[in-house]
Order: sequence, then structure tokens, then C-alpha cells
Amino acid sequence: MSNELCFSSVTELSARLADGEVTSVEITRALIERTESVEPRVRAFTHRDAERALAQAKAADERRAAGEARGPLDGIPISVKDVLASAGEPLTCSSRMLENFVSPYDSTVIERLKRAGVVLWGRLNMDEFAMGSSTENSAFHPTANPWDLERIPGGSSGGSAAALAAGEAVATIGSDTGGSVRQPAALCGVVGLKPTYGRVSRYGLVAYASSLDQVGPLGRCVDDVAVLLGAIAGHDPRDSTSVDVAVPNFAAEAREKRGPWRLGLPKEYFGDGLDPEVRAAVEKAVDFYREQGCEICEVSLPRTEYAVATYYIVATAEASSNLARYDGVRYGHRSEKASDAIDLYFHSRAEGFGQEVKRRIILGTYVLSSGYYDAYYLRAQKVRTLIREDFNRAFEQVDALLTPTSPVPAFRRGERTNDPLAMYLADIYTISANLAGIPGVSIPCGFTASGLPIGLQVLGKPFDESGVLAIARTYEQTHDWHTRHPEL
Amino acid sequence: MVSNNISGEYEAVIGLEVHVQIRTRSKMFTRVPTGFGEPPNTLVDPVVLGLPGALPVMNKAALDAIILTGLMFECDIAPVCKWDRKNYFYPDSPKNYQISQYDMPICANGRVEIELPGPSRNVMGPHRHVRLTRIHLEEDVGKLNHFANDSLVDLNRAGTPLVEIVTEPDMHTADEVFAFLTALRQAMVAAGISDCDMEKGQMRCDANISVRPVGQQTLGTKVELKNLNSISGVRNGVDYEIRRQIAALQRGETIVQETRRFDMEALISTPMRTKEEAHDYRYFPDPDLMPVRVDQAWLDRLRARVPELAFDKQRRFFEQYKLPYTITSVLVPDRALSDWFEAAVDGHVERAQAIANWIVNDLLRELAATGQTLADCRIQPSHIAGLVEAQESGVISSKIAREVFAEMFQTGESAAEVIERKGLRQTSDTAELEKWCAEAIAGKPQSVADFKAGNEKAINAFKGPVMKASRGKANPKLVDEILRRMLAEM
Repeated sequence: MSNELCFSSVTELSARLADGEVTSVEITRALIERTESVEPRVRAFTHRDAERALAQAKAADERRAAGEARGPLDGIPISVKDVLASAGEPLTCSSRMLENFVSPYDSTVIERLKRAGVVLWGRLNMDEFAMGSSTENSAFHPTANPWDLERIPGGSSGGSAAALAAGEAVATIGSDTGGSVRQPAALCGVVGLKPTYGRVSRYGLVAYASSLDQVGPLGRCVDDVAVLLGAIAGHDPRDSTSVDVAVPNFAAEAREKRGPWRLGLPKEYFGDGLDPEVRAAVEKAVDFYREQGCEICEVSLPRTEYAVATYYIVATAEASSNLARYDGVRYGHRSEKASDAIDLYFHSRAEGFGQEVKRRIILGTYVLSSGYYDAYYLRAQKVRTLIREDFNRAFEQVDALLTPTSPVPAFRRGERTNDPLAMYLADIYTISANLAGIPGVSIPCGFTASGLPIGLQVLGKPFDESGVLAIARTYEQTHDWHTRHPEL
Repeated sequence: MVSNNISGEYEAVIGLEVHVQIRTRSKMFTRVPTGFGEPPNTLVDPVVLGLPGALPVMNKAALDAIILTGLMFECDIAPVCKWDRKNYFYPDSPKNYQISQYDMPICANGRVEIELPGPSRNVMGPHRHVRLTRIHLEEDVGKLNHFANDSLVDLNRAGTPLVEIVTEPDMHTADEVFAFLTALRQAMVAAGISDCDMEKGQMRCDANISVRPVGQQTLGTKVELKNLNSISGVRNGVDYEIRRQIAALQRGETIVQETRRFDMEALISTPMRTKEEAHDYRYFPDPDLMPVRVDQAWLDRLRARVPELAFDKQRRFFEQYKLPYTITSVLVPDRALSDWFEAAVDGHVERAQAIANWIVNDLLRELAATGQTLADCRIQPSHIAGLVEAQESGVISSKIAREVFAEMFQTGESAAEVIERKGLRQTSDTAELEKWCAEAIAGKPQSVADFKAGNEKAINAFKGPVMKASRGKANPKLVDEILRRMLAEM
């Protein structure tokens, strides 16, 4: 019974809660037990508070008993990446810098989830400050890929994807700055959505790169992701970059939209460096759409080759400024060694930040420096505009783009840690969507011969999450990759 | 040059950077209220504290205030308000960057009219304009309080909207600097933008000062002078720094480009940092804030709120009310007072001078004596004209008028009400006046003889007793006529 609950979809659990077949406490307890048994091998969490979760579950059951259930998510346990502020819970960003930091306030996303009645189950591991593609940059411990414990789960939302794949969570929340929801979703065989920039409030999301960061849901199926997006999306007066557009019923629209669609294959996404097994699985998915009557055509995104460089200038520049607040003065790690203010900065930051974070702060500081700004940051912003134009042009021809999510399946832990550039290339197919601000979803589309999940990415027009989800759902309806679970 | 009495050989060139806190209810980028004197770190929230994940949201009232400032000083207003991050580490800065405006300030160019000291206080001095380079909006930082072993941070001030006003190097003397800051303060207060209280840090000034031989075109090496915490402090500091630089040049030394701190107690400046330590602020557009378009309708709405500037008002007061300089220089700098005057004078322009005299002399004295402000004042502006009228028409004497005024100030009654209630109407009853005059003449035969002998002043000896007998209510003009007639008949 308990494992079956852990691997159920939100949609199923929601129906069973409504029918009174199961209680929130039972679901929550099942997840707690499952986590206790597999977490020593997976290590997806940075923090768990079973009592707190059970108390919330009990409250949800009481609401339901009183006829006051709040909707489809009431009583559903959701686990959240340790990068979103939740009042009274740790907010570590998997960094020594915030190891003992407890947020005094709720992010808008958490506020909305609480209003929907969810049970907050634990805080999920990540690459430190969301910088990385393997969750090896967590200052606390790496997270294992449940499909092969020697391999990485992807990142930076590695904990969010691994917990889901391992049955330690039924749905999770991550954040995606360059692929950090979609890439781990692909590598762990779950569904992960990055919404349009501005769709979900960033208030309370610890900033890595403000103009790229976006909160996104991960789930076992497209419907789950659609329901979660509906719960967290919407304009927020506390985030000036959140956009005041109507929030549709994503799940209903994703069910209703049937196609056929005009789908583009960006030729730059199928070139060198694409693993043959990944290519074969994605091409097979393309064939499926063709068989469904979709018009498939090749398109070009000619500035793709500049995307990674552009990203690492824009993102690190913003990060160098965003992370300046961690100085040991008001909160966070404070060095014992310091004798004056400047010293306090040096020691606190030297001790509090890991290698990759330091690397990106230094890079970002450099590209913003007097004399280099025009050559790097300003130019990168111009290229970013060109990349956006590439997508605009493509979307004049097609409704959405189909691509691999990651060029390779999950790699071995330690394989790329000494080669930052190789690590950066893991996001080569996901980064452009962040630079352009468009939505994208990754869904399971097969396995390698050695049993590693492969992800298909659907990229869509700004604020067309419904379209993207509908296209993904059409595939999911006739494939069962997403229903498979790793042996643990 | 008015006060270049320091040296005939050198002239100073001075530009200012003035920071003025805008009086908004809430802070620049969050809803927390602004304030002064509250317990440390109580005017804070996640945004002010720079907590992980907190985001700024622009306060539109602050943008209104700076655009209004720009319109007052004839600035060009940028069509888009864009925000930049100024990156530097300092413990009073919670995010270690300040949200400011770098390459696209909301206001550019512009000018401020100033009045330099005249030959005496009663004579208007020469007027000129100081050009403004730019005005931009930013958030204030917190405050460090230093103790024996620790420094503690108070972030109550952090995030308060702050305008930075940068002038061209257009000033040459401490008097000009003083005049500029006075004019700036008057305008900001009049427009309700700021109280500009330097003691509370609502207005802060840094001065860039260089000296050069008179006639030289290129500028000398500039020194930035900080910690000028009052308008007179600015005058003293600038004066000192000009003297210091000239003395150094006269000794054959070179001026080092540096930042110096002025010590208000010791009245000297000491070095803070040299140019080598200057920061690279790594400005870049703040990705958390969207640029704000300022359209014509917005500008028009604000243009309607631009107050009349003090010197324009002064010129109008000369013209419209024929007031003397000395009176206008009391009325005009204080918008509340000049508004009060204009309310008092409404419909009584021909009595403007007399009304202004009552306000400037009597009203201000009473307010000062009772520690009140105009806002507390019970007397109504329209009542002043009634008082002047009663006096001019002979209903009361000037002596009684003062008594009436004092009563009006106490009770808020009109002049007519006071005169009626206290029976202060001047007596013009000839029979009664003749009786008092006769008694006065009868009591002073020697004075009668003196008057008859041609001593005009002797008539005053009778007026005193008449006034006394009438308890001040006798019409002086009639008394004079009756006395002369009676004396002539003797």
C-alpha cells in the first residue's frame, strides 16, 4: 500500500482524497516511511520535519472532514527545493553560507501552496545557490540518481527530481535558471516544467540570476505539473518582473487542446555532441507526432552556438551582485577570524561559499568591471536579444519546438567535476529558453540500453504553457515511460 | 566677486552633490514606513534587510517627487526611468549594492536661481543661476553606530528614497554655496518634497572644490569635501577648504586629489581617502525592476503641482502688492506664511502693505512668543484686513489696534467682534470730547500760555489727559481739532 501511494500521481491522490479512500496523513506517513528507507542511498533532502508535515496533513484531513477542503491540492504533500523561502523552515540553498538560516517569511509560491492546502514535506538538495547541473555542488552532500546510484540526478534541482523518482515525494518544486528543472527531470525520468519568465512570482526565490530565474513544478505526469503550475502562477505585486496576464486552467486546456500542431526541430539541437541513444529516442518521439498528423519541419536557431557563452556572462554578472548580500553582517555564516569589516567579508565569504559559487562570482565581477562591461555584459545582452529573435522567427512557422532536453543521459558522479566547461555544456539545449524567457517542459521519452531515462523537451511561445503541456500530454497518453520506477 | 576676499590671485571652483531624503510614507522599494528617531532596526522588512529572496518594488510617490523636483528646476525629464545597481561592500548597505540611476538619470540639466548677499540686509543682492548636471533617485543606506569595540548597524534609514542633485562646477565662493543650498531647500520644502532638515540627515551635501589662478581656464585638482552636516557647516567647510588649498599653492605645494572630511567642531578638514582607493561600482541595470515609462499625461499631472518658486513669488509681490524687499524677504521663503499673507490680502490689495506689516511684525512676534506655528494660529487671515480697515476708518486708534490684535490672536475673533465686545470703538461724540478737552485745558494754565506764546508742542500736554479720560478711545484727530478751536477761542 505505502509504496503504491508514494508512486501515485497528484491527480490520482487528489481523487482518492476526495472520495475518502485515503487520508493526507496516510499519504504523508507513506512518504515519510519510504524516505526513511531510501534516503540514505538517494540523499535528495537537505532537511525533513516529519512531525511538522504530519501536523499539516492532519489539519488538511480535518478541513476535508469539515467539508472545507480547499481544492485538488489540499492535503497533497509537496517537497520544495531549498531555495524558496518558507517561514520557519531552513533556507540553505545547499550552502554553508546559509547552513543555519531559517527564513522568517514566506515566498509567494509557498504562500500560494499553503493557501491551496498542501503539506510541505521537506527541503530538497540542490547545487549551491542553484549553480550547477549535477547537484554535486551541494555543500552538504551530493544526491544520487535513483536509476543508478553512481550517477548524478542532474541539477541544480537534482533533489527535486531524485526525490520524485525515488518515491520520496509525489510532486516537487524546483527552480530553472538555465535548465535546472528540465535537465534533472530528464535525467531522472519525470516531468519538469519551466514556465514563461514572469509567469510565477520570484518573491522569496533566492536569486541566482534574476533575469533568468523561474520557479517550476516537477511531477510524475503532465497533468500533475499543470495542476501545480495553476496553483503557483499569477501576477504578484511584490515581484515587478511578474507579468499581469490571466492564469488559465492549465490542466483543462492541456486536456482540451488536441492538435495537430506544426512542430519544429531546431537543426542546431541535433548536431555534434548529441548522444546516439538520446537522439534515437527523441527521433522516435518525433515520429510519433508525425504519425499523429502533426506537421514536422526543420527550423534554425542560428544564434544557438552563442547561448552558453551569453548565459555565463549574464547569469554570473547578476549572481555576483545578487550574492553580495551574504557578507556575515546581518545573517548567514560569519567568520570567527575577522578583525574588521573588510576582513569579515573576506573570511565569511571564503568560508561560506563553495568553489563553483566563487568561480561564478569572480566571472560575474570581471564581466561587469569598468572597461570590460561593453565587451562582455552589454554585448551579451545584445546577443540575448538576437537569441530571442531566433525563437520569435521560429514561432512564426511552428507552434512549438521539439528537442532533446539534455545531450546525454545521467553521467557518473565526479566525471565532470574537474571540467567546468564540460559541465556547462550539459545545459546546452535548455539555456536558450531562459535567455528568451519562453516556457519549456521535459517529459520522459525512453531509456538507454543501460536503463537511464531520456527526456524530450517541448519549447513553446511565451505564456503558451497550455500548448506546451498539451503537446507533451498527447505523447504521454500513449507512452508509459513515466509510469516506470527505479529499483531501489 | 562678492566674497572672494580670500585672495586676489586665486579663484575657487565649486560643484556640489546634494542628497535630499524624499518625504514619502513608505520606503523606496517596499511598504515599510520611513521615519526618524525610532528604535533601531524597527523600520525593516525582508526587503530592507536584504534577506535572501526579497525583491524591490518601486514606490511611485518617490518617482513623482523627483520628477516634480526636476520640473521645478527646469530639468529635461527622461521618457523612461531606469534603475541600476551600484555595487560596493559596506556594512550599512544591506544588499551590498544600492539601487540607483547611472547612465539615464530621470532629470538632466536644469538650473537653480540664487540670491547673493546684498550690500546690506535691507537691500536685495544680485541674482544668478547655478546649473544642474543631473538629478537622480536612489535608496538611502543604513547607519553605523560606533562603540568601543563594536560597530552596530541600524537599518531604519535604509531604503528611504533619496534624490541626488549634482551641480555644474558653477560656484566660486562659500556664499554662493550657502545661497544655492538655501534656494534648494526653500523649493523642496515649498513643494512638500522634503523637510530638508540637515540635522536629521534629510539633506546632505558633499562639495567638490578646486582652486586655480584667476584667469586660468583649466580646473585645478579637485578635493571632495564630506561631512558637511548643516548649511552653515557647508559654508565654514567650503571656506576653510578654499583657504587651505590656496595656502598650499602659495607654499608651492600641489593639491592631492582626495576625499576629505570636514570636522565641524575643529573647523578643519582631514584626508579620508585618495583617488587610488576609488571604487569600481560595476553599475548594471537592475534586473529586478522594470523600466518605467513617463508619459506626457504623467508629466502634465505633475506640472500642475509645481509650486511658484520663491524668487518668482518675490518678483510678483513687488509688482502686485508693492511690498518692500525687507517684507518680501520674510514672507517669501516660507510658503505657508506667504500663502497666509495672500489669503489675508485677498480682496484687499490696496491694504497689502499694512496687512503685510501686521503679519511680519505682530503675527510672527506673537507666534514666536507663544511657541506656535501658523497651523496652530487661531487668528484668521481674513481678519487682518478688518483690523486694518477699522484703524484706517478711524473706528480705533493704532494703539487700540494693537490691543485688538492681541485679543484676536488669543480668541480667534474678528476685529469687529473684539471691538464690539470690549467697547473699544473710538469716541467721536463731540459733546463728550469737548468736556474732556475743557477739563484738560482747565488743569494746565501754563501749557495754555506756552501754546499761546507759539509753542506748538505744548498742545500735547492736553492730549494725554484726554486719552486717559477716554481710556484711549478718543478719536485723536477730533481731539486735536477741538483743542485747537478751544485754545484759539481763549
